[in-house]
Amino acid sequence: MTIINMSEIRKVYDTGKVKVEALKGVDLQIHEGEMVAIVGPSGSGKSTLMNLIGCLDTPTTGCYELGGQAVSGVSRDELAEIRNRRVGFVFQNFNLLPHITALENVEMPMLFGGLRPAERRRRSAELLERVGLGDRVDHKPTELSGGQMQRVAIARALAMNPDIVLADEPTGNLDSSAGSDIMTIFTDLWKQGRTLVVITHDPALARRASRMVEIRDGRITADHAAAA
Amino acid sequence: MKRDIHIILNLFASSSRLQKKRAYLTIAAIAWGTVAILLLLAFGEGLKRQLDKNRRSTGENLAVMWPDVTTKPWKGLPPGRPIRLHSDDVEFVRERMPELQAVHGEVTSWRTALTYGRKTVNGRVTGTNYVYGEDRKHYPVAGGRFLSPEDEINRRRVVFLGDELAKDIFGDENPVGKTLLINNAPYTVIGVMQHKTQMGVYGGPDTNHATIPITTFKAQFGRDLLNVLVIQTQRPEEMKSELKKLNQILGPKFGYDPTDDRALATWDMVKSSQVTKNVLLGIQIFLGVVGSLTLLIGGVGVANIMYAVVKERTREIGVKMALGARRRWIIMPFVLEAVVYTFIGGALGITIANLLVAATSFIPIENNKVMSFLGRPTLSPQIGVITSLILGIIGLLAGYFPARRAASVDPAATLRYE
Repeated sequence: MTIINMSEIRKVYDTGKVKVEALKGVDLQIHEGEMVAIVGPSGSGKSTLMNLIGCLDTPTTGCYELGGQAVSGVSRDELAEIRNRRVGFVFQNFNLLPHITALENVEMPMLFGGLRPAERRRRSAELLERVGLGDRVDHKPTELSGGQMQRVAIARALAMNPDIVLADEPTGNLDSSAGSDIMTIFTDLWKQGRTLVVITHDPALARRASRMVEIRDGRITADHAAAA
Repeated sequence: MKRDIHIILNLFASSSRLQKKRAYLTIAAIAWGTVAILLLLAFGEGLKRQLDKNRRSTGENLAVMWPDVTTKPWKGLPPGRPIRLHSDDVEFVRERMPELQAVHGEVTSWRTALTYGRKTVNGRVTGTNYVYGEDRKHYPVAGGRFLSPEDEINRRRVVFLGDELAKDIFGDENPVGKTLLINNAPYTVIGVMQHKTQMGVYGGPDTNHATIPITTFKAQFGRDLLNVLVIQTQRPEEMKSELKKLNQILGPKFGYDPTDDRALATWDMVKSSQVTKNVLLGIQIFLGVVGSLTLLIGGVGVANIMYAVVKERTREIGVKMALGARRRWIIMPFVLEAVVYTFIGGALGITIANLLVAATSFIPIENNKVMSFLGRPTLSPQIGVITSLILGIIGLLAGYFPARRAASVDPAATLRYE
């Protein structure tokens, strides 16, 4: 089943004087159960593509369907709901809320999703257990290491059982040992049947993907199954 | 809706708070503004009540007329003729205008020698009708009385004293029952007036004159040419038509054009009290506006700090948006936060203002020239409602505009970079 279906996607940033075309017609299909690494130099349009895939932004022209639902012409609140239900984000700089506990951070998407408090609590604890932080639920992000914070972020990304997990340089701020732990978690998720899209510079992470998409100057220049 | 409230309260509870110092300063600014507006309005309310009381202390629904000189010709008579009213004209007006609450005439002897024992004081002596006590609010201190119909009929030599005049003559002695010489004729003091502060006077303040029956005055001073004629209507709105009617009755009798408003120079106290009321309303509005501006500055402080907070929490807002927060879930916790600070500041201000107003009640108002004019600052329920409304509006606005900026955060731009 196709989770992501993009055709002829263009994104133009209009800064008033200059128009910058960040994506110049991208066609991309991602299927259920794939782990796709998106690679490319900075300025290639990677981030723009990630914003569009994650519904943080909408394309200027072109057609985008996420999990069979068209993402165009929808209101900001509808877009928020699509993000909430279909996308789990993992960021390079973790982006945890600093003044609440790991448990509460993982609960946040479920709060927006309308789950009951008891259900939120139960599921949040279960997810933290799964990423190996069962003993850290009441710690605040500042009391956790980088690797632990990223694992909280992964638990949070899984909270609403989304169609895809979208990770942006997830190992970029981590040392190699913590980074390799995170990669292992991603590989495990993939093996469990999750669909993952990882934007990365890290060749070690890209090698673990089932498919590698290379983007350059706003266009996809290579798209092939990984050697492994 | 219920879900919205649940989410908003949850987010409010879990979002980071203002730093303590900032929160204190914000709350203090609102408290200060609240105290300012409350004290100004309380002062205005006290002034209004006191002036109202002082205005009424001369008497209510009164018009005072001074017989003067005609300015219009009338039935072949030239203008410039003086009009003269006598004590029996009071009875004439009373008969022709029975709907009036009261009619009385006044005859005055200025600088009259009032002697008690070895002490002589020069004072004003007014001869008038017994109804004067009621319509001009000459209420006796307990133990005395005002002039009665019998005093008037029998031309008794009795005198009712203004309280300050009584004090000048008798000092600390109780004057009631004592005998006093007015131009060397003995009079019995029958009563002393309760103290009052007057807004408007004619002839002089009531505290400073002696009143005797108009019949007695005529017998002793040999004249009963009225200095003033006073009418009192039952309701204020009747005054205008009653004055017109009075001129229509007196005009033909005394030979002046009823439309000649100079023949009887008239002070319509109903009309002038309306002016006073309007001026007071103006003063209250002015005080309210000044107070509101002070409070507004406090509100600007809250808004300012909330803008800074929104800026600090941009990433937090972006994260929540990425996780699926809707616009109102971003906006409302900020509004709630501003409202909470405003509420705490307002409650503090209301408490302080109440304590300050309560403290002024220990200042004695009697025998205090300033206080008896300005009155006592008073907090009324209306003031509370107005202030709470203004506080609520300021809190909402101070939260709403910064929150709107928060909701316009672009999550894509805030999430990627440090």
